Amino acid sequence: MYSYTEFDNNFNQNRVDQFRSQVTRRIDGSLTEDEFKPLRLMNGLYLQLHAYMLRVAIPYGTLNSQKMYQLAIIADKYDRGYGHFTTRQNIQYNWPKLKDVPDILQDLANVEMHAVQTSGNCIRNVTADHFAGASTDEIEDPRPTAELIRQWSTDHPEFSFLGRKFKIAITGSPNDRAVTKAHDIGLRMVRNNKNEPGYEVIIGGGLGRTPMIGKVLRSFLPRKDILPYLESVMQIYNMLGRRDNKYKARIKITVHEHGINKICDLVEERFIIQRSSFGGFDQKLLIKLEKAFAAPIYINEPIDSYNKSYQSDPLFRSFVDTNLSEHKNLNYSIVSISLKKHGQTPGDATSQQMRMMANLAKKYGHDELRISHEQNVILPHVHKSNLYKVFNELKSVELDTANIGLISDIIACPGMDYCALATARSIPIAQQIAMRFNQLKLENDIGEIKIKISGCINACGHHHIGHIGILGLDRAGVENYQITLGGNSTQNTAIGKSLGPGFSYTEIIPAIEKIIYTYLDIRSSNDETFLETFNRVGLTPFKKIVYTPSEIINKSTATFANNNNESFASQEIK
Amino acid sequence: MARKFTNKVLTANRLIEGDVVYLGINGDWVLDHDRAQILKEEEFAIKQLALANKDSGFLVSPYLANAEIRDGVPTPIHFRDSFRANGPTNYNHGKKENHNV
Repeated sequence: MYSYTEFDNNFNQNRVDQFRSQVTRRIDGSLTEDEFKPLRLMNGLYLQLHAYMLRVAIPYGTLNSQKMYQLAIIADKYDRGYGHFTTRQNIQYNWPKLKDVPDILQDLANVEMHAVQTSGNCIRNVTADHFAGASTDEIEDPRPTAELIRQWSTDHPEFSFLGRKFKIAITGSPNDRAVTKAHDIGLRMVRNNKNEPGYEVIIGGGLGRTPMIGKVLRSFLPRKDILPYLESVMQIYNMLGRRDNKYKARIKITVHEHGINKICDLVEERFIIQRSSFGGFDQKLLIKLEKAFAAPIYINEPIDSYNKSYQSDPLFRSFVDTNLSEHKNLNYSIVSISLKKHGQTPGDATSQQMRMMANLAKKYGHDELRISHEQNVILPHVHKSNLYKVFNELKSVELDTANIGLISDIIACPGMDYCALATARSIPIAQQIAMRFNQLKLENDIGEIKIKISGCINACGHHHIGHIGILGLDRAGVENYQITLGGNSTQNTAIGKSLGPGFSYTEIIPAIEKIIYTYLDIRSSNDETFLETFNRVGLTPFKKIVYTPSEIINKSTATFANNNNESFASQEIK
Repeated sequence: MARKFTNKVLTANRLIEGDVVYLGINGDWVLDHDRAQILKEEEFAIKQLALANKDSGFLVSPYLANAEIRDGVPTPIHFRDSFRANGPTNYNHGKKENHNV
């Protein structure tokens, strides 16, 4: 992976020193809160409901054991022994004290990490496919380009005060695991008919209060043109983007109001000028970066022990079948470590768990880890002969949950348990859904399904693109949850359709249960996924059952009615 | 028409710790909502808020939150203020493990 140059280290150290001075001046009263707030936000420090929150960047979700180990040390030293991995592949600490934050930033800088541009109206942390460099379907590794964009966008003087925040995602695979169509700019690495490498450039996607699917701005952009083209897009957005209304300031609104054709013409016009201003340094740098992300030197060992363990240990078999993905090297696997143990807070890892994941990466994973936007941790390169050892060590710290892609593998934002912007809680809803379906032992029968929960309209929990999306709102001083169905976060991106009136905190779990039982009843075969069923039948059958009082649901759903009587939602989650 | 003033508590976050505090009965700042001063007069509440806004060396983001006396104890009305008063519901962190200032 990429290692900092002297320039990177100096830049990072200067920012730490600057912020230390700013915090000192804030505490001694030289700076007011109004003066200090933009400075702390530029360094990822928010004030939440109960405490400060520090959001640390994990560029394109990639880190090594040293960095993960340092995140664990920070969690113990300055926080409450855990961290929260987010849908933007970052980590958040929920309890830092203001006076400690410069020391935390110093500890981060010591391992080439920072919290710069994790907030504010700038280009945020670039996100990427968490299977980059490992998956079988990859055309190109997106990480060198992601790093190039990180370097270009960090402290970019022209784009540090945009009309609104700006998010870029990149994937190198046709199977989009980076949700590129729901970003301000999405880049898909492709090849043209001459097999030359380049990018499909998508702009104007986004979730939030006005969800929109990105539109293709350029179906093929040659690799050498990426930075001048991105700079042209940013300049046009900076010129046309609205600053009169923050809810209309994202590029999706700019594209919507001006039309993709006009934006395209303006960008292409600008691009002619920008291209000539790039002298080729960016491409030389990209070549260097590609070397930094070279594939590991794979080991060559027999895999008999793996096959034996797979046959003899049913728990390991379940883990393999659920949490492993195919690696481009046949003797390797990609291991997804679930941070969604039933009843736990989605995305949270204790310092002990972080240390274990760091150790496993070092011992068995070519020193690489990834954070997925689905709030799990990935060991991208594990030789099959080591899988059983990895599994057993994960088990020792309760990281062996075999639920990747299943109903308990839920994305949930921090919601009103932490977030100052939230209008309802998300975490307990996720906990209860996971516990309920684990209790019913239906998870594997239900199969692939993605539930995504946001605690406010800003949609950090990606609810619009969940197969089942749940949005928590404040309705006249009471938590209320709206359901959408049929969202899709893949290359076939779709915004979910609203089911109808919302549900109270105690009604939402039974409503989800009704939806699931309806699916199990009407699916054409056990192989038809929830999303396929929804796309075949639409909202109507779900709507009909969900809004019918339980006591008059017909005999075919009697099982559901019995289960529903248990009123699970009132149970306390530990 | 102006809304009728209802009982309030004055709350903010502490500058260094970031945790939630309330204006107490004796004019001090307390961690427990139970020990918050109920502000019944609008003029007095606004004056206290203005004073809190000036105290930026100790407090951040002061505001007046609706509250009522329930069973003899100041109690938040809105669920957001309940979570602020009690800490997150997923862990016993924050208010659940703290004591008064």
